[in-house]
Amino acid sequence: MKESLQQKAKCNKLGFLLFLYKKVNWKENRDKTTEAMREVSHMSRKMQRNLSLIVMAACLAICGKPAEEVKAFSNQVIQRGAVGDDVIELQARLQYIGFYNGKIDGVFGWRTYWAVRNFQYEYGLPVDGLVGESTKAKLVKASKYHERFVKEQIRKGNSFTHYGGTPLSQQVKGNKGGGAANRAARTTASNVPRGFSQNDIQLMANAVYGEARGEPYIGQVAVAAVILNRLEHPSFPDTIAGVIFQPGAFTAVADGQIWLTPNETAKKAVLDAINGWDPTGGAIYYFNPETATSAWIWNRPQIKQIGKHIFCK
Amino acid sequence: MIRNVLIGVLSLGIAGTAYWGYREHQEKNAVLIHAENNYQRAFHDLTYQIDLLHDKIGTTLAMNSRASLSPALAEVWRIASEAHSDVGQLPLSLLPFNKTQEFLAKIGEFSYRTAVRDLEKEPLTKEEYRTLQALYKNAANIQQELRNVQHLVLKNNLRWMDVELALATNDRPGDNIIIDGFKAVEKNVDSFSKSAEFGPAFVGFEKKEKGFVRAIGKPISKTEAKRIARSFLDLKGTENIKVTASGKGADERFYSLTIRDPKTKSDIYMDITEKGGYPIWVINSRPIKKQTISLHEAANRGMQFLRKHKFKNLELYDSAQYDNIALLTFVTNENGIRIYPEAIKMKVALDDGTIVGFSARDYLSSSVQRPLPKPTLTAEQAKKKVNPNFKVLEQRQAVITNDMNEQVLCYEFLGTLGEDTYQIFVNANTGMEENVEKLQSVEQNYS
Repeated sequence: MKESLQQKAKCNKLGFLLFLYKKVNWKENRDKTTEAMREVSHMSRKMQRNLSLIVMAACLAICGKPAEEVKAFSNQVIQRGAVGDDVIELQARLQYIGFYNGKIDGVFGWRTYWAVRNFQYEYGLPVDGLVGESTKAKLVKASKYHERFVKEQIRKGNSFTHYGGTPLSQQVKGNKGGGAANRAARTTASNVPRGFSQNDIQLMANAVYGEARGEPYIGQVAVAAVILNRLEHPSFPDTIAGVIFQPGAFTAVADGQIWLTPNETAKKAVLDAINGWDPTGGAIYYFNPETATSAWIWNRPQIKQIGKHIFCK
Repeated sequence: MIRNVLIGVLSLGIAGTAYWGYREHQEKNAVLIHAENNYQRAFHDLTYQIDLLHDKIGTTLAMNSRASLSPALAEVWRIASEAHSDVGQLPLSLLPFNKTQEFLAKIGEFSYRTAVRDLEKEPLTKEEYRTLQALYKNAANIQQELRNVQHLVLKNNLRWMDVELALATNDRPGDNIIIDGFKAVEKNVDSFSKSAEFGPAFVGFEKKEKGFVRAIGKPISKTEAKRIARSFLDLKGTENIKVTASGKGADERFYSLTIRDPKTKSDIYMDITEKGGYPIWVINSRPIKKQTISLHEAANRGMQFLRKHKFKNLELYDSAQYDNIALLTFVTNENGIRIYPEAIKMKVALDDGTIVGFSARDYLSSSVQRPLPKPTLTAEQAKKKVNPNFKVLEQRQAVITNDMNEQVLCYEFLGTLGEDTYQIFVNANTGMEENVEKLQSVEQNYS
C-alpha cells in the first residue's frame, strides 16, 4: 500500500513535467508564421508523441522498479525469534531513531523486542511487540534505512551503528576480532536454546556424529537425548563435556571418531534433542546388541530399540 | 667391496630403525604416563575429597549455632560436588559405580537445600539431623574403603590403565584390586541406600518419575494407535505404519510408530501413550526447502493445529527461527495465569507451513492441581520484592516448578536490568523469589 502511494506520487511528478514541455512548445509555436507554424507544430506533435512515449516508458520503468529508499520490509509480520533481512532493517531503523542500542545482527531477540514495544508506545500504536502493517508504516515514515551501508558492514564483519544525525562514515568501528567476514551478508547472530551455546551444540554434534552417523535421523536425536538425560541424572557428571568425555562412556570418544567433522543432520538432531524431543523415553544407556560385550548392560531395563541401538535405563 | 658397502648400508639402516623404534616407544610411554597421571590425580583427589567430606559432615553435626551451620553445609555441598566430578573422570563407566555417584549427588542436594534455607526461621528437623548422622556414618565407610584402595595402589604401584584394560576386555576383572575396592564401596553404599537410615527427608529429593499423569483413559491397541496417528498427522492412508510396543524399562507404556510415505521416502516417527492414546511426540525428518512463510505465520499455523486437536487454553510463549524451521513453545494460560509446566513444543517447516515436530511430554506429565490457588499477595506487594534496579516491563501470574520440585503460584516479572532481560518469579504467597532467569536467546556467530 505504502509503495503504491509513493509510486503514484512519482507518476504525478512526471505528468507535471510533460505538462511543462507542452507549454513551452505552445509558446514557441505562437511566434512562428502560419506555414512554419503548421510545419513546426506537425513536427513538434511528432516529437511530442515520441517524447511522450519515451516519458511514458520511463515512467513505467520507474513505477515497476521503485528506487532504493522506497523499498521497505517484506509483507510478513515480524515477531520475536525471527531471523533475516527484515530484522536487520527493523533493528537499523529502530536504531536510527534511538530506540535500539544493541547490535544490528538480524536476530529478533529480547532487546529488539523491548525496542519495538517502546516504539509502539511512543507512537501510539497497540503495544504487542509484533511488527505488522501499521508499525512498519510508522517506522518507515519516522526513520531512514541505509541498506547498502548496513549490508556492507555486515558482509565485512565490522562492528557498526546506524544512528540518525551522525554521518555513517563515523559509525564504523572496524573489525575488532569478534565478527569474521561474513560473505553471505546474512545475519551475524543465531538463536540458541536457553542455556546452550553454539559451541556446546557443536561438541554434542561431534559426539552424535561419531557415535551414530550410520543411524536414521531419529537414532541420532536419541543419542543426543541420552547425553542430555545423563546431565540430569545423579550418576553422571553435570556438564556436557563431563558426560561426553567420561572415560569409557562413549566408544566414539575412546577411538577418536568424535573428531570427525559432523554433518548438518547431526547438528539438527542435537538441536531437536535440546529443544525437548526425547525419542528414548528417558534412557541413560544405549548399546548395539551386535557388538556389546558387557553382560551388565544387557541386564538394564530396556525401553525400546531405535535403529541398531537398544536404549535402556 | 660391494659386500662391505652393503653391510655398511644395512647396518646403518638397522641402527636407524632401532633408533626410530626407540623414539616411538619413548613417545608412546610418555603418552601413557600422561594418561595414567590424569587418572591418578582424579583418584587421589577423590579420596582426599571424601576424607574432607566425612570431616565436614562431622563438624556440621557438632555445630550448634545456626549462623555457622549454613556455611558449613555449603562447604559440604561444594566438596560433594568436587568428589562427584572426580568420579566422572575415572574409567569406571563399565563398572557399576552409579550408587556411589548417586550418593554423592544426594549429599550435595541435601546440603545445598539445607544450606540455602533460612535456618533461623526453619531450623534442621530431627529427621534431617538423623539423615546427617546417617550420611556421616556412610561417608566414614566410603572413606575407609577408599583409603584402603589408595594404600594398595601406592604400595603396589597399581595402574589405572590396567583397570581400564581389564574392564574393556572383560578379562577376569575380579582379579584387579582397584576394581574390587570400588565394587566394595558400591556394595556398601547400595545397602545403605536401601536401608531406611536415609530417612524420609531424603526420599523427597529424588526426582519423581512422574509418568504421563494427564494421559488418562483406556489402554489402546496397536490398530487404534495407527488410527490416532492417521488423524493426528492428517495422513493420506497410503503410508506404511510400523508399530512397536515399549520395553520393560519404560516408566509408562507407549507405542512407537514409524510412518513411511512411499512417495516422498521420508519417515515420520511418533510415540503414543498406551493409556488413552495421547501423542507424546512426533518428528518428521523430511528435508525442508527454502523459506516462504514467516515465523508469525508459522505460529498461527501451530495455534490452528492445537485448536484442531482440542488442546485448550494454550498460548504462544516463545518462538525462534532456526534456518528454515520455526520452533514454537506453547503454554497453558488459564484466566491470565500461565502454567509453565504444561508446555507443548512444536516445529513448523517454513517452506510450506506444515507441522514437522510436536512434543507434549511436559504437557502430559505435568501435575498442576486444579483449581489453581489464589494469591495472598497483590502484584504490587510482590513487585516490591524484586531488585529495585530491575525495570519491570511485563507482569502476570504464573505457575512454575521450583527448585524443590513443587508447583507454586508466582507473579512473573519480565524486564531488564542494564542491557539484559530477566524473568523473575516471586511466590504469590510467601513473597520469596522462586526463580530468576536470564533470558538469552541470541548468540553471536563466531564463524
